[in-house]
Amino acid sequence: MEKEGQIRIPSGCAIAAVISKEGRRMTGESITEAMKPMHDRSNGLGGGFAGYGIYPKYKDLYALHFFFNNRDTRKACEAMLKEDFEVVQSEIIPTRTIKEITDKPIIWRYFVSPLSSRMSALQIDEKEFVVRCAMKINSTVKDAYVFSCGKNMGTFKAVGFPEDVGRFYQLDEYEGYSWTAHGRYPTNTPGWWGGAHPFTLLDYSIVHNGEISSYDANRRFIEMFGYKCTLQTDTEVITYIFDYLLRRQGLSLEEAASVVAAPFWSTIAGRDAETAKKLSYLRTVYSSLLITGPFSIVLGFDGGLMALNDRLKLRSMVTGEKDDLVFIASEEAAIRVMAQDAVNIQAPAGGEPFIVRVKEGKY
Amino acid sequence: MTTIDAKELDFTKLNDRIRETAGDLEIVNCLGQRFIADGQSGRTITIQGVPGNALGAYLNGADIVVNGNAQDAVGDTMNDGSIVIHGNIGDAAGYAMRGGTIYVKGNAGYRAGIHMKAYKEKVPALVIGGGAGSFLGEYQAGGIIIVLGLTGKKIVGNFPGTGMHGGKMILRSDCKDVRFDKGVTVSPASAEDLEAVSSYLKEYCRLFNEDYEALMNAPFTIVTPDSSNPYKQMYVAN
Repeated sequence: MEKEGQIRIPSGCAIAAVISKEGRRMTGESITEAMKPMHDRSNGLGGGFAGYGIYPKYKDLYALHFFFNNRDTRKACEAMLKEDFEVVQSEIIPTRTIKEITDKPIIWRYFVSPLSSRMSALQIDEKEFVVRCAMKINSTVKDAYVFSCGKNMGTFKAVGFPEDVGRFYQLDEYEGYSWTAHGRYPTNTPGWWGGAHPFTLLDYSIVHNGEISSYDANRRFIEMFGYKCTLQTDTEVITYIFDYLLRRQGLSLEEAASVVAAPFWSTIAGRDAETAKKLSYLRTVYSSLLITGPFSIVLGFDGGLMALNDRLKLRSMVTGEKDDLVFIASEEAAIRVMAQDAVNIQAPAGGEPFIVRVKEGKY
Repeated sequence: MTTIDAKELDFTKLNDRIRETAGDLEIVNCLGQRFIADGQSGRTITIQGVPGNALGAYLNGADIVVNGNAQDAVGDTMNDGSIVIHGNIGDAAGYAMRGGTIYVKGNAGYRAGIHMKAYKEKVPALVIGGGAGSFLGEYQAGGIIIVLGLTGKKIVGNFPGTGMHGGKMILRSDCKDVRFDKGVTVSPASAEDLEAVSSYLKEYCRLFNEDYEALMNAPFTIVTPDSSNPYKQMYVAN
């Protein structure tokens, strides 16, 4: 069979997320349960989670999560890593053996610190250094794939239904202040462990329900800046777009949302002069990063979440609250699993970012 | 009346159970199961909890009451009967419905009443108590959409009536801040216009305990398509 990245088949999906505005840490159990009523939105070909605040002991180190197809590749990759990083901890990511999840690769994590000599030689900062290393491994090393490379956060994903993937990775044993989740129904690619969501770069993670029609336009633009789209899945390019706009261009979350889900010109014309000028500027400068086609996404980042629908709102997404918790999901039923008496159930309008941040100093 | 506890039942099992029973039915602990009561007729089905997508699709005469919010595509292609939602409703409510009524106490999501249609005595109606999202009545081909704006949410979002070519929309607002599609005619509703839909307005008040006199003490706007073929020659000569 051709692997993901080598074939494109022309998605329904399920997404959910929870965050504590107080930075209270919760296990991954609740978010795993939340995926159950949305079971039929996925087809068993991918499920995954991202947890933030889960590695307090190593919070100043980058947590690199890897899939390896064999031991030799792992050894070779480790040798490569040691040229660029101080490897503080190296361990297998614990998993449960369950009948629903099969054909698991070698799943490993390293807690690392970039070597300053290497960074200064390249004259780049720490984050850019980590990004380049991840891109290099994913595009050049056969049988190895970095699927998470942020600080004090981690992605856990597999081929399977999300509720099984959560059990498989023992998410009840991690505690994070925010979690995102995804159930996959791949339509463009065959479905492989690396292709499951969330897609992650540094602390940015994306879960996505939809099918973007601007994939190639977006990819051609973003690849000019060193990003390598290796999997042909639209979610990968969305992750890189946010890294580019937020980290490298320094845009705010709201501005980045106005780039990828830019308002129609007719809508911009109806805004006040200053806002219209700014929106026109963003649409013009970053026209190749406009994402068209249906999507609802949750962007996870250090200390917060942002949910966003395409401007036509061709996918469902609701939000809710309960005390310090804020919930986001494709369906209200998922929110009711996490908090039966959740209040303020809303559906953000298309193109309007819904942003939640943990209180400063609480994460 | 029969009661089904939907806890831990997936949509297939729940719908099998529903079809095994006859007469009035109550479903408790409902949580996201899809396709509930699809195609049903001649009974009342009351739901406690959150029903999943496509509630009452192809409904053929049954009456559904939801004591809570509903998700997407409620009453998709329904033919007859009623659906009453004591809460808000998700996207694409009444998608392509061709008969019967849907009453929503609160707000509706995007594309409410998309491609509703009517034929002879079959005239569907969708009544939304709060505000409606964008693309209200998109491609509407027939039937009646009523939005009352009682929740404080803006009466309707962007692009209402895009591609509308039949039926009518009645909005309880002067709609001064609403930009309609250019293919529709927007005017203040006359006494006759309101009289024609008064049975729906009264039924809304009865169902949700609103005061009819107070409800009517507001400006109303009626929206109808300019012609039966507003997009003539937009793409091809037709």
